Amino acid sequence: MKKKLVVIGNGMAPGRMLEDLYDKAPDAYDVTIFNAEPRVNYNRLMLSPVLSGEKTYEDIITHDDAWYDEKNITLHKAARISKIDREAKTVTSERGVVADYDKLVIATGSNPFIIPLPGKDLEGVLTYRDLDDVDKMIDYSKKGGRAVVIGGGLLGLEAAAGLREQGMEVTVIHLMPTLMERQLDQAAGYLLEKAFVDRDIQVLCEANTKEILGEDGKVAGVLLADSTKIDATIVVMAVGIRPSADLAKDAGLDTNRGILVSDDMLTSDPNIYALGECVEHREQVYGLVAPLYEMASTIAENLLEGSSEYTGSVTATKLKVTGIDLYSAGDFAEAEDRQEIVLRDATAGVYKRLVLKDDKIIGAVLYGETSDGPWFFDMLKKGTNVSEMRDTLIFGQAYQGGAALDPTAAVAALPDDAEICGCNGVCKSTIVNKINELNLTTIDEVRAHTKASNSCGTCTGLVEQLMAVTLGDSFDPDAVQSMCKCTDLGHGDVRRLIVAKELKTIPEVMQELEWKTSCGCAKCRPALNYYLVADWPSEYADDYQSRYINERVHANIQKDGTYSVVPRMWGGVTNAKELRAIADACDKYEIPLVKCTGGQRIDMFGIKKEDLPAIWADLGEAGFVSGQAYAKGLRTVKTCVGTDWCRFGTQDSTGLGIKLEKFMWGSWTPAKLKLAVSGCPRNCSEATCKDIGIICVDSGFEIHFAGAAGLDIKGTEVLGIVPTEEDALEYVVALAQMYREQGFYLERIYKWAKRIGYDEVRAQIMDNPQKRKTYFENFVESQKYAQIDPWSERVSGKDKHEFNPLATLELEPAE
Amino acid sequence: MNINTTTTVSCDADKWFKVGKISDIPSRGARCINNGDMKIAIFRTQDDQIFALEDKCPHSSGPLSQGIVHDGCVTCPLHNWVISLESGLAQGADKGATKSFPTKLDGETILLNLSYTLAEVSED
Ligand code: SRM
Ligand SMILES: Cc1cc2nc3c(=O)[nH]c(=O)nc-3n(C[C@H](O)[C@H](O)[C@H](O)COP(=O)(O)OP(=O)(O)OC[C@H]3O[C@@H](n4cnc5c(N)ncnc54)[C@H](O)[C@@H]3O)c2cc1C
Ligand code: SF4
Ligand code: FES
Repeated sequence: MKKKLVVIGNGMAPGRMLEDLYDKAPDAYDVTIFNAEPRVNYNRLMLSPVLSGEKTYEDIITHDDAWYDEKNITLHKAARISKIDREAKTVTSERGVVADYDKLVIATGSNPFIIPLPGKDLEGVLTYRDLDDVDKMIDYSKKGGRAVVIGGGLLGLEAAAGLREQGMEVTVIHLMPTLMERQLDQAAGYLLEKAFVDRDIQVLCEANTKEILGEDGKVAGVLLADSTKIDATIVVMAVGIRPSADLAKDAGLDTNRGILVSDDMLTSDPNIYALGECVEHREQVYGLVAPLYEMASTIAENLLEGSSEYTGSVTATKLKVTGIDLYSAGDFAEAEDRQEIVLRDATAGVYKRLVLKDDKIIGAVLYGETSDGPWFFDMLKKGTNVSEMRDTLIFGQAYQGGAALDPTAAVAALPDDAEICGCNGVCKSTIVNKINELNLTTIDEVRAHTKASNSCGTCTGLVEQLMAVTLGDSFDPDAVQSMCKCTDLGHGDVRRLIVAKELKTIPEVMQELEWKTSCGCAKCRPALNYYLVADWPSEYADDYQSRYINERVHANIQKDGTYSVVPRMWGGVTNAKELRAIADACDKYEIPLVKCTGGQRIDMFGIKKEDLPAIWADLGEAGFVSGQAYAKGLRTVKTCVGTDWCRFGTQDSTGLGIKLEKFMWGSWTPAKLKLAVSGCPRNCSEATCKDIGIICVDSGFEIHFAGAAGLDIKGTEVLGIVPTEEDALEYVVALAQMYREQGFYLERIYKWAKRIGYDEVRAQIMDNPQKRKTYFENFVESQKYAQIDPWSERVSGKDKHEFNPLATLELEPAE
Repeated sequence: MNINTTTTVSCDADKWFKVGKISDIPSRGARCINNGDMKIAIFRTQDDQIFALEDKCPHSSGPLSQGIVHDGCVTCPLHNWVISLESGLAQGADKGATKSFPTKLDGETILLNLSYTLAEVSED
């Protein structure tokens, strides 16, 4: 018969223990859980987002009813255990349910501490521990009024921020001179206070509550020791927690502040373990989940006859109030034998302080910019000697060892055992191995299989970077990421909504989709402008102020502020007249560098902005139009010499290239679009690494797509073979239009195709004549408005203001 | 043909130059003013406020007048630093400042004063 395991309390610690146990040995025990709360296991850390309205209870459930069913676990909800009989090895609930055990785990958590003040029993005095507390706070907040939060620690501040978010006036009363003084030094405490005051939350430090005032049995206000009176409709006490050890004590187990356990997590009874916040281990009690999870895995192992030992933990704290970044770990008191490194950036609101002793980090406080927290914490725990990097240590990991400042590179450089998720103690190699082993591709899958980013969620960015490092291109955070800080919507949603709601101007998009900034930013405006150009070609008035400078003035800006000019050279073919015009322009405008580009044409560098219209006028006379070498649009169509000259050529590759370029020039695309046509599989125009390429063969034209040869290198995929030149043109154009309608801004065709699937592209272009025809016609329609040479327009005076100074000032102002 | 039509202007006794009209600058755009060797960019925001900065990014001297103007900032065209139009200070993690000059509007007319800068620009 299976042994019986009974668990008292169904909080975060035993939840984790059961996962570990079932991972290792699903059939070892018959499990029964008693929980005083009337519900399944949920993520207590996320109560604050529920309070502030950012999440719902459903969002934070860890194990739903189905999970218990599937595992055959008996869960008694709303069943508080009132007695443990160690002789009979049974537990009894308040309502009389009895269960016998072979092994018992006590995980009763802790209780909020209530200061014994006059008025503490009034209606409206609340604590902050479980979902019922949150529900009560939300109910009260609907009536408005003021909430007084007693206690300026982690819990109190999260409660204050949440209640403010729910529309209440809020005052925080804190006994000590600065907020969160146990985790923060004074400077960071001060910054934190400022951030709360900025949110219209009143903060009173060094304030001692004397009495909670009532009226008709309900809270009416708070009286401070200095006689200040604050009106209030609720009072939230968040002054600390006490391990809930009474049940164990009554059963005769050894207790002190908490239930005493040894390193194997056993209490003074060899059949009873204790776990979580109710525990006292080596004179420590914990109030954060990371150590509890370590205890949980020790017990899971020992329940299976293992001999695992828990030896204590160092903890790090983060505050989970949206918009406030705060991280602290270790010991940061000042003392003679310690040195500190401090970095302050008042404008950016950043404060960082490291406390070193014997060349090792023993404490870290980060405010405003916390991404290096886990790195410092890792070194703190390992006792890494930091003398070598002392000078640059405070700037964080990205500055070490000359590594790139790119966060992804910094994550790539982390050692395998670096801790990524502090709450769940998940290290880098665990995440990487699971991603590879189980082919995980989304953040949700990684959460499910590794627990990383599954608790407080502050490491989500790190985990995503690690996914990007591990998966390379196949990881597409865009699918879930917002476009920029101006909106929560991703590119996909924005594109869809522009069409669905028929949004036709940038202000309209921003209004209807609830942009958070008044006029967007340099990331979203160009994207929106492209989407509108692509979706409403006949109606939308291109917003040049939302275009990047190169597209706004139709030339490429250089590092010294001059511009380069690249005229089209159709298919890379030129003649004496064109070359002469270029040569003349080079002389006339004293062009310092003329160069053949990698795109088979000629680039003239170092031209002053004021001179652009004039040089364009000269080039235009020789028949040149803009090469759009600056555009997220059709760039070049490279060709080889094909049947006309080459002894291997099978079709007229030069001719087809020129036809394609003449048909498609001027079109805007999500990112740049480069084509090439090769006359035979020897592929001299490198068509198999282009966005769209054509390889001519005896039987026709093999169309390729989704190649890359820039930041990434990737050979193309084959779309299919078509028999005639007309077909080739139609299929290529239809494919380009499909990409124009679906791609995200700055997403090259190879990324788009990977995202939606190569087969999907083939199905729509090769196998669906109806779709193909529609795409083709849409492209043709939009070209009516796009194929206007921007250079000649500007030569005729368009956007004059761009190229002229507003005024020239007299050097010596006249009196 | 030559479309370069610039006006040369001088200033009044209080050193205010009349540099042009607000409608000369596109909304969320900029125009430049030549002042000897120094170029000054005059910005117009969406809500028609006017700001003047030296046309020189604190990062690598990029021409700020060529950037995208959004809210009270301009994003430099060279490496995307974001510079406050009001103070000339680089935003976010970046550090540095560009000289910013006082402007005012007299009806439609933009007045610019170059005799003092709005924020002290320190060299470090
Ligand atoms: C001029 C040229 C180099 C040359 O002297 O040959 C060039 C110059 C620049 N390339 Fe390029 N690329 C040039 C051919 C290429 C090629 C080769 C090709 O087109 O066959 C590639 C690889 C193929 C590709 O596009 O993937 C190439 C991949 C890039 C990339 C990486 C793009 C990517 O998604 O991986 C960038 C960066 C970007 O676009 O963000 C880039 C960006 C640039 C920029 C625009 C850098 C910048 O942002 O200022 C350079 C502009 C210089 C200027 O003012 O003209 N350039 N660049 C070539 C112009 C071709 C033309 O006639 O239009
Ligand atoms: C609002 C809030 C925010 C927090 N934020 C963070 C954070 O960001 N990071 C962090 O690390 N930690 C945070 N914590 C602390 C963290 O939630 C706790 O450390 C953790 O939940 C403790 O787990 P536990 O299993 O020991 O106890 P609990 O999760 O408290 O579970 C104990 C359970 O046992 C039940 N119980 C008690 N007595 C009995 C009984 N006699 N019979 C049956 N059931 C009983 C209780 O009802 C409760 O459901 C936060 C806590 C709160 C309240
Ligand atoms: S390879 Fe780099 S440096 Fe050379 S032109 Fe392209 S972007 Fe500029
Ligand atoms: S010059 Fe402005 S960001 Fe580099």
